[in-house]
Amino acid sequence: MSSIATITIAPGAVERRPADQTAKPDDLLARQRIEPVSTARHRVPRWLRRLSGPVLLVLLWHVASQTGVLPSEVLAGPTTVIGSAAKLVDNGELQDAMLISLSRALAGLAIGGSIGVTLAVVAGLFRLGEDMVDATMQMLRTVPAVALIPLLIIWFGIGEAPKIALIALGTAFPLYLNVYAGIRNVDSTLIEAGRTLDLSRSAMIRHVVLPGALPSALVGLRYSLGIAWLALVFGEQINATAGIGYLMATAREMFQTDVIVVCLVVYALLGLGVDFTVRTLERVFLAWRPAFSGT
Amino acid sequence: MAASLQRNLNVGEAVAPPLTPKRSKAPLPAVRVRGLTRRFGEREVLKSLDVDIAPGEFVALLGASGCGKSTLLRILADLDREIVGEVEVPVRRAVAFQAPRLMPWKKVWRNVVLGLPGRPDRARALAALDEVGIGHRADVWPKVLSGGEAQRTSLARALVREPDLLLLDEPFAALDALTRIKAQDLVAELWQRHGCAILLVTHDVEEAVLLADRVLVMKDGVIAHEERIDLERPRDVADPVFARIRGSLLDSLGVRHGTHGNA
Repeated sequence: MSSIATITIAPGAVERRPADQTAKPDDLLARQRIEPVSTARHRVPRWLRRLSGPVLLVLLWHVASQTGVLPSEVLAGPTTVIGSAAKLVDNGELQDAMLISLSRALAGLAIGGSIGVTLAVVAGLFRLGEDMVDATMQMLRTVPAVALIPLLIIWFGIGEAPKIALIALGTAFPLYLNVYAGIRNVDSTLIEAGRTLDLSRSAMIRHVVLPGALPSALVGLRYSLGIAWLALVFGEQINATAGIGYLMATAREMFQTDVIVVCLVVYALLGLGVDFTVRTLERVFLAWRPAFSGT
Repeated sequence: MAASLQRNLNVGEAVAPPLTPKRSKAPLPAVRVRGLTRRFGEREVLKSLDVDIAPGEFVALLGASGCGKSTLLRILADLDREIVGEVEVPVRRAVAFQAPRLMPWKKVWRNVVLGLPGRPDRARALAALDEVGIGHRADVWPKVLSGGEAQRTSLARALVREPDLLLLDEPFAALDALTRIKAQDLVAELWQRHGCAILLVTHDVEEAVLLADRVLVMKDGVIAHEERIDLERPRDVADPVFARIRGSLLDSLGVRHGTHGNA
């Protein structure tokens, strides 16, 4: 034990001692005890800690409204908002509006999604399809869907049709892009393995290509849902007679900031709900994925 | 298990004509390669190669990386038709690659019977998995398999097709030393039971001498050396004859061999 290379870690000083230097006796070596991570330190559950930020924000909002720093014409306080939410739920107005908005979003997504996925499969699987579809889609996707609202109104009037068409247009592209990329990025070594297993073309698509494109497709679905929501908010500004957007437009005319906030919260909650649904889909359909680490 | 059905892979230049089945008369070799040339741009990776593999024969193909041994295997597996020359292989072939290449979205047993005609036959998959010693892993996702287990699954998937020719592309290269020894023993045992012709591509001289009837050494796109190995099985690495053969193979590979010569 005459020449031990040691790293001394002492408070306020770090020094390195080369091995060839004359060593000090053992009792003079500064030592550090490596403490195990204390489990006691994490007594406050993680979710509670994460909740503290939003709660603090609402508290601040409340205090600002109560003291008059934030006048109710600018933004109603949280207590008023909760009150009017309860009223809207009580007379059933909010539920009806939610149901209508949600069904608009889903109808638009169903139409846009089917178009996007179908085109992506055609372009992804066939060289001819790629040449016909992909360049066109890449060109069209640069047009912001919202910019088409005037045209949609001229074509479809001001009923349900332009709203759903807007959502369909917005959601088709993210699904197209992701499903197409997913198909084209399927591991080529697996395609080769499939060939050595004598898979027919249809079996190759069913057992190798489409499952391989699924993770990417679900990412596309998530993007699409985000855009569906955005398109819904825009679409419901088009002379709506029902739905969350209508509720909001009416509130705007009457300067009811509390109702507007309720509508915003509802939009957020619907978005969260849909996101949760996609997460569940991922958990079920992508359980095979090595990267998946949730439960 | 004679390779009764043969198919012609190619005769023309660059783009191959469709495969045509051909009836055989005499006991033909399982694999017959004549004048096979494969170019990658200007570079000739295979230069007018001639190779025969008899039905049921175990042939090991040795060579440094980049010598063209995997190219030959890919051609025999019908994964590469940009060739000149004549290639005949059995219709019933199977391949096990260096990476197991299992479909990650299919449970292990479904991977094994993937590509077999008809509905996925679980009993058949289980029998094949039992044969390679991992019947108990039938219902897991491939991601949870160890490297050795995944490679065994890949072997089961190849053997369940009852091939006349089994192509092994460095299947043990990624395994740790202990797992590799077990896998080599398994392949020897499976070969004796199934009696299919095997072409094992490897860069491990000891592995080649341990398993093969005949060892081909490939260098610059041609077969530079051939060694028939008549040792009794199971073979003993410590046998002086074994050591002599290994030495001569290392010499032909251009590796100067000392007393501890190992690839």
